[in-house]
Amino acid sequence: MDTLPLLPVIIPLLCAALMTFCYNAPLALQRVMGMASVALLLGVALLMATQLPGQDHLLYMLGGWQPPFGIVLVVDRLSVLMLVLTAVLAGFCLVYASRGHDREGAHFHTLVQFQLVGINGAFVTGDLFNLFVFFELLLIASYALLLQGGGAARGRAGLHYVVLNLIGSAFFVVAIGLLYGVTGTLNMADMALRIAAAPAADQPLINAASLLLLAVFGVKAALLPLLFWLPRAYIAASAPVAALFAIMTKVGIYAMLRVFALVFGLQEGLAATLAWQWLWPLALATLTLGAIGVLGAANLRGITAYLVIVSVGTLLAALSLGSEAAVAAALFYLVHSTLLTAAFFLFADLIGRQRGEALDSLRVTAAMSQRKPLGILFFFGAIALVGLPPFSGFVSKLWLLQVTADTPAQGAFWLLVLLAGFIILIALSRAGSKLFWRQPEQSADGPPADPVRLGVVAGMLLCSVALVLLGDPLMDFTEAAARTLLAPADYIAAVQTLAIDPLGGGLTE
Amino acid sequence: MELLMAITIGVLTACGIYLILRARTFPVVLGLTLLSHGVNLFLFSMGRLTLAAPAVLGDSSHHADPLPQALVLTAIVIGFAMTAFVVVLALRAAVELRSDHVDGADPDEDLR
Repeated sequence: MDTLPLLPVIIPLLCAALMTFCYNAPLALQRVMGMASVALLLGVALLMATQLPGQDHLLYMLGGWQPPFGIVLVVDRLSVLMLVLTAVLAGFCLVYASRGHDREGAHFHTLVQFQLVGINGAFVTGDLFNLFVFFELLLIASYALLLQGGGAARGRAGLHYVVLNLIGSAFFVVAIGLLYGVTGTLNMADMALRIAAAPAADQPLINAASLLLLAVFGVKAALLPLLFWLPRAYIAASAPVAALFAIMTKVGIYAMLRVFALVFGLQEGLAATLAWQWLWPLALATLTLGAIGVLGAANLRGITAYLVIVSVGTLLAALSLGSEAAVAAALFYLVHSTLLTAAFFLFADLIGRQRGEALDSLRVTAAMSQRKPLGILFFFGAIALVGLPPFSGFVSKLWLLQVTADTPAQGAFWLLVLLAGFIILIALSRAGSKLFWRQPEQSADGPPADPVRLGVVAGMLLCSVALVLLGDPLMDFTEAAARTLLAPADYIAAVQTLAIDPLGGGLTE
Repeated sequence: MELLMAITIGVLTACGIYLILRARTFPVVLGLTLLSHGVNLFLFSMGRLTLAAPAVLGDSSHHADPLPQALVLTAIVIGFAMTAFVVVLALRAAVELRSDHVDGADPDEDLR
């Protein structure tokens, strides 16, 4: 199946187009369509995973136009990992949203599908300008999703989010323009060869473009000076949307990895690129600020939003080491943290539904009708998030600490990661005791939690257990993903097989 | 022509960034528009500035690079749609929050 890499983009696109045409269709039909599309996406991603052992890169030429002039889609193990994660996460979010959240605003399911087009497209494209277009697609869908349901808080958070991302997009175009001006190409494989062979006089321009790209991806990934939009936006968004957005910071991190490992890291390796040197201190600062925010948050959604920032800081700190082992461990942590933070956004909504006006704020005000089942679920979720055994948090953190041992980074990384873990433990214990333990005396007779919603949250926590049980094959997979990612020459050779001209203008031959 | 182009892009970007840093939503929207104009011109000039040349390869040895023109077209379309969206968003925020301050409330309003 040569068209396989195209399917993750075309399935949600067709589904969204169909939904746009029959926007008056009953909600039940839209739900079924959305879930069918996500199920297909999961199937396609898993099918690609089965094809990868034979070849490291699956390629597809859009419209049959050959690289370096046409747009080529390239799927490797990292892409597949992200595609599977996106499909699983979107499936959970859609099921949760189908219990009522999708009534709050128009076109919820259509927008989710458009969002999936953008996210999946960013994971598969091998062309820098095409990456920009997919970024715009996912952002435009996310603007509308963030505003679903309306309200003053969403309006304010939405305005900040939109303006900041528009500025980010403008700088993205500037960076692409600079790179095109210097190299005369947009194909990432071609560009990598040309940058490696660029004369010294062009180096300042290339450096400027690479740092601009770091800033642009930093906005998406929520790297320190550029993360202040995130808590407000994620707290204001409705629960399934916030859970879906948990993958968005990871799109920024994926773009960083892909672009810097391939385009700028061809010659000296990822860790030696100029942008990567900036990443280490910024990531540690992000981690620290996230941990402080977790302590200071006033409600469970706030805690979760800052947990996203902690996970971004941890991930980028590990990735900034640039070694194969560190990247593999970070990818495993990425899967774990995305699923768990998303689960907690949904969980905060579940708890908030039983506490009346108090919602999920950390105050002892309202009694809950289902304190025990939710409390037990919270207990296990918190254990998984903090990183205590036997859940995936423990395994992924242990692996991260293991790969950073005996490197110069060990001291700072261990100190901050373990300290952040301890702070998260304190914050979640405090949240748990406020929400569940110290309940007012009056009995609550509110409606019990929707079983499907409860099932979704429990299912996501079970995924954390599954990550441990499937740990061995998954770790092998992330190790192979890191190996192919850090071997950009193989990527270029794979694109070269389709190319009409020698990539890099034949300069390197 | 290079100097004129450079000055134009510089002025547009500087004005755009100045306006984006203002506290009311309308100047911010105008700033975004100016910034995107500056960026589009910049992208356009990355195909090198040529006069009186066709944008197609082939017969003539003297031709303009067609790719940045296609890119600018994409960027213009996205920028146009986003401007319309952000105008609607700013209007809605102004109505809902009863203030056109970017943070939804003017911190110094009582002082005036």
